[in-house]
Amino acid sequence: MSENVSRRQLLYEAAAATLSGTLGVQAAQHVHRAVTQQRRAARGPYKPRYFNPHEWRTLARLTDLIIPADEHSPGALAAGAPEFIDLLCRHNVELAAMYTGGLAWLDREMERRYGKNFVDAAPEQQTALLDLIAYRKNDSPELAPGIRFFDWLRKMTVDAYYTSKVGIADLGYQGNVGMTEFNVPEEAIQYALRRSPFGGE
Amino acid sequence: MFQIQRAPKVYDVVVIGSGAGGGTVAHVLTRLGVEVALLEAGPMLDPARDYKEHMWPYEVDHRGAGEGGEWYFGRQQWGYFNAPNGYWEIEGEPYTTAPDTRFRWFRSRILGGRTNHYGRISLRFADYDFKPYTTDGLGTDWPIRYEELAPYYDKAEAFIGVTGTREGIRSAPDGVFQPPPPPRVHEILVKKACDKLGIPCIPSRMAILTRPLNNRVACHYCGQCGRGCVTASNYSSSQVQIFPALKTGKLTLITEAMVRELIPNAEGRVTAVSYIDKRTRSERQIRCRTVVLAASACESARILLNSKSPRFPNGLANSSGVVGRFLTDTVGFSLTGYIPALENLPRHDADGFGGMHMYIPWWLWDKKNKDFPRGYHIEIGGGFPMPAIGMFHGACQRHEGYGRRLKEAIRREYGAFVHLAGRGEMIPNEYSYCEIDPNVVDRWGIPVLRFHFRWSEHELKMVRHMRETFTEIIETMGGKVVRADPGISVGGTIIHELGTIRMGDDPRTSALNRYCQAHDVKNLFVADAAPFVSNPEKNPTLTINALAWRTAEYLAEALRRGDV
Repeated sequence: MSENVSRRQLLYEAAAATLSGTLGVQAAQHVHRAVTQQRRAARGPYKPRYFNPHEWRTLARLTDLIIPADEHSPGALAAGAPEFIDLLCRHNVELAAMYTGGLAWLDREMERRYGKNFVDAAPEQQTALLDLIAYRKNDSPELAPGIRFFDWLRKMTVDAYYTSKVGIADLGYQGNVGMTEFNVPEEAIQYALRRSPFGGE
Repeated sequence: MFQIQRAPKVYDVVVIGSGAGGGTVAHVLTRLGVEVALLEAGPMLDPARDYKEHMWPYEVDHRGAGEGGEWYFGRQQWGYFNAPNGYWEIEGEPYTTAPDTRFRWFRSRILGGRTNHYGRISLRFADYDFKPYTTDGLGTDWPIRYEELAPYYDKAEAFIGVTGTREGIRSAPDGVFQPPPPPRVHEILVKKACDKLGIPCIPSRMAILTRPLNNRVACHYCGQCGRGCVTASNYSSSQVQIFPALKTGKLTLITEAMVRELIPNAEGRVTAVSYIDKRTRSERQIRCRTVVLAASACESARILLNSKSPRFPNGLANSSGVVGRFLTDTVGFSLTGYIPALENLPRHDADGFGGMHMYIPWWLWDKKNKDFPRGYHIEIGGGFPMPAIGMFHGACQRHEGYGRRLKEAIRREYGAFVHLAGRGEMIPNEYSYCEIDPNVVDRWGIPVLRFHFRWSEHELKMVRHMRETFTEIIETMGGKVVRADPGISVGGTIIHELGTIRMGDDPRTSALNRYCQAHDVKNLFVADAAPFVSNPEKNPTLTINALAWRTAEYLAEALRRGDV
């Protein structure tokens, strides 16, 4: 969708299609998508609406550590995970407090250990702390706030990633398309049967 | 000044509620030339505007979690992408529960009601399901036999379109079927496991078209039935029955109409329906020759109980005192297995139907050596679903950590889960019922329902059997159970609540006769699941369709004879 097509133009096309009685629904969805894309394009680079610049850098680094880019696919940053969290925090005081509190806890903990805040610490220092708070088995009065925060952060980063275009491609989900007939590839059936207790056929 | 607005027109039939029951009645009656007014408590439905079919999660910035992340706090009423059809809590329209009761009531406020989203599972009751008392001495027999309802199952299936295969299984009677789609990979494995265990596993019976029918096109296999289908390839009363009925010119649809009570005359006939026009918060009355309640089992009971008058001090059509009693829901229990054979399964489009292609009908109906009465069927989930918020939280819990290893684990496991959900029969008991709460009214001033609900030992034992059986099936597939419900479902949450205005031949123990016509009020009929005498392990919608069809034909004939 080119950016200079106006919303009015799209609505006009949709109305025409609806009047012709053929494409109503598809046209409506087409307009919805095109308008969403245009709004996004018009925004330019994302500016956090809730987090301050330091919190934003820290949040971005954390989501990148949770779902990094690798040779298989891009990571959480390309999927807009920090933006997703920023949006929700802007509209939810409870969630926002959890995030600012969690980010502040991480900074304090890093300073106590390494004399630096989280985002400015060396990568191995960052992962050393995450290796503690990423596991329930390390639960202790000292680490509990970090463990609880990381659990939320991990879930929401994972959610943002796998509901994005790049995350969906990473999983290889191939649906959400119309088909006239439903079929299952024989290759997939045989793959599963061979590996199952029932054996291939 | 408070003033009730009375329209002069008298409709042959006023139908209250537009779900599976009301939609079927409106469809059948208008085709027979009867003039019908249909009252719906919610707004009109516009599929093109209201359905979010085919939307990707990233098309909204909150990805379906809600702008304030409501999903994460359990505050989202209903999935963001789902059809806009109902709520667990409706603002300003509360219900209450007795102190010792956990019960949840899912209500719909839109044209088509819960049929906009329901699972489309369409199972006939078995012959023995109509004779529970005769079979095992529990509950009450229906006043009708399977053979009396069978022709209406035929009509309903032929009209709405149901998939299936002829299997000759007594617990799952065959019907008028469209061909089913082929099984998905995980369903093939479940079937293999069931073969080994001596459990039947057969193509599912779903109200989804695989062939064109009545100007509706066949399914396009996007797997999103729950979002509402813009091509009307699955059954919803709104698209399949009410929109076509409107075209006959015989149907007057009144939306945003919240019914308060039915108004009887001195002879004990209902002459008008009193409702609140929600747009103006004003009270109106619509006049009728006959009335059909189809507001959902509990809402219909509520309307009758609130229709009190000197002649009907216990509520209308309730001289027996059974209105509100015998409330049941389906027994629910589910667990999830991880199946290593499906790890890294070659990717393909496994969307198919919005729901299962195979299911497990009840198989121990003739066995006496089990420790609980009645039975259950098993619904199968799995495959490669469209990614959504929350789908990988289980992976986060099981793998913890972060980074490349977490990412690889999620990719490896995607598509390797099988969900089994048991849906079992609850036997009516004296502790489960709804009544009017004398202390609470809703925002329209209408007294609300108070629920009492209790599972019995029968249902709890059944859930133990489900847990053992499901675990056996998963393990026979070489898998391992990774998640299970803590126990039996909370009453009401399977959304099969019914039985609250039951039918029967004896006016002392039932409110409706064998045609779902009130014993006490000749021109009053009920066409939702309130008349059900028992709650067999089959999802109720198809039986609502069939019973409502039969009721509508009886009513049309009675109107023609002037006998109602």
